[in-house]
Amino acid sequence: MPSYAGPTAARTGDIAGTLRLLAYLALAFALIVLDHRGGWLARARDQVDVAVQPLWAVAGWPGQLLETVNDDAGTRSMLIAENRRLRNALLVSGARNARLQAESADNARLRGLLGAVQRGTLDVQLVPILDIDLDPTRQRLVLDAGTGDGARVGQVVIDAGGVVGQIIETTPMHSTALLLTDPDHAVPVAVQRNGVRLVAYGTGRSDRLALASIPLSSDVKVGDVVVTSGLGERFPAGFPVGTITALRPDESRAFLLGDVTPAARLDRGRDVLLLRRAPARAVIGPVMPGAASAPGAANAQSTASDSSSAPAGATASAPPPAPAGVGREGGESSARRALQSDNASLATHPLPNPPPPERGREQKPAPQPAQSTEPRP
Amino acid sequence: MSRDRAAWVLPVSIVVALVLGLLPLPAAVAPLRPYWLALVVAYWVLEEPERAGLGFAFFVGLLADLAFGSLLGEQALRMVILTFILQRFRARLRFFPLSQQALAIGALLVNDRIVTTALHFILGLPSPTGLAWVAPAIGMLLWAPVFLLFDMLRLRNWRRR
Repeated sequence: MPSYAGPTAARTGDIAGTLRLLAYLALAFALIVLDHRGGWLARARDQVDVAVQPLWAVAGWPGQLLETVNDDAGTRSMLIAENRRLRNALLVSGARNARLQAESADNARLRGLLGAVQRGTLDVQLVPILDIDLDPTRQRLVLDAGTGDGARVGQVVIDAGGVVGQIIETTPMHSTALLLTDPDHAVPVAVQRNGVRLVAYGTGRSDRLALASIPLSSDVKVGDVVVTSGLGERFPAGFPVGTITALRPDESRAFLLGDVTPAARLDRGRDVLLLRRAPARAVIGPVMPGAASAPGAANAQSTASDSSSAPAGATASAPPPAPAGVGREGGESSARRALQSDNASLATHPLPNPPPPERGREQKPAPQPAQSTEPRP
Repeated sequence: MSRDRAAWVLPVSIVVALVLGLLPLPAAVAPLRPYWLALVVAYWVLEEPERAGLGFAFFVGLLADLAFGSLLGEQALRMVILTFILQRFRARLRFFPLSQQALAIGALLVNDRIVTTALHFILGLPSPTGLAWVAPAIGMLLWAPVFLLFDMLRLRNWRRR
């Protein structure tokens, strides 16, 4: 047994050992680079991931147990207090719901007037979080729902506050969500107040996102609410992403960098919502032929549908209260004004972005032929 | 001392170490989580070199990568480096008193941290910071209990050291 022998006798063993070390190191490096770069390993990884599912399940037990104990061990006074709180919350949300329903009917009527198709409401699925810690340098979440429960890669994960992230891996029992704050993650956003379009990058810290390359001329301020813009087709428009907490010039002094505090509770809620069927995209959606009678009406339709995805979220189980209200009022009023006159709607367009993005330009030609064939009312 | 009597201890210890690594901790102390897997692998490399070599370390590291969701190969690399150093100094380490062994393990864990940081730096990933550098010290303190526990499980009696 060479390993028990002294250092002199182990010379040959040393060389063989070093060679084996080099071989294993090379193999490990190859794996790391493959996994880091191309994601060629993704499919193989999906297969093998099934093998570690039992591990995750076992590691999730203590968290579930703690929760159960916590629920069971509530004292009477605690339960009474919680009951009171919940009843109050129910009342408040009931009232809000009633108001929203009235407005929803209103909205449907307006949309009918505009000739837009009725879009489905938000379809979500409540999914518990499996409470285990993955690699701390990456921002992930393991959800206790897999392909068996209808989860699929690319699905958007939200909570009561706003967007949490998206699903990147699914197995029969569990799925992994990439959080907004992961350094690999970026989400196209728009500043709610004025529609300036930006991209929010993850920073690796669970309490901060970064906005890069904000033009100095754009009117972005600390305290602005940032919502998903719907560009990129992964995240539906209108969901809160966070609030801008700081702005500072970047190295070139030609742009600003911004810090955003996420709206969602990314650190340990108990449950999240999986978006089953996203509402039809709004900001850059194709213009409906029926609605393209005038450019103003087309504009108004896109803005109305832009903001209406937020109240759709409110009528589902998770209301993002303030932004929903704001977005809704803005969209509806602009739609009303659009009905009154085209010019007014152009003036009160909630997204007065002087240079429209490329996609916006692409959709521009759609109203033009309609306008030429049909005289304006 | 018969080695096959407690053959189950090795796989079970690996699984337990993986689960301990996944257990949720409060965010404040999460960076302090000791690298359980390294302690377990170090024990087996020191005590049963016929069963636990570089290949074993590589395999366990891959398993950990899958379980923790880190880059495939990252922990395999760390485990292989750790194992190689341990094998080099095994003859000496085995006759150290437990306290000195713990110091050596602490140094290995710090080295492991450095390897991780360097790897993440090369790949442009965020590196563990701050409190994470204290974790090796906790691993060092845990070496003696882990060592004695495994010896007891494996050999069914306390070994005099």
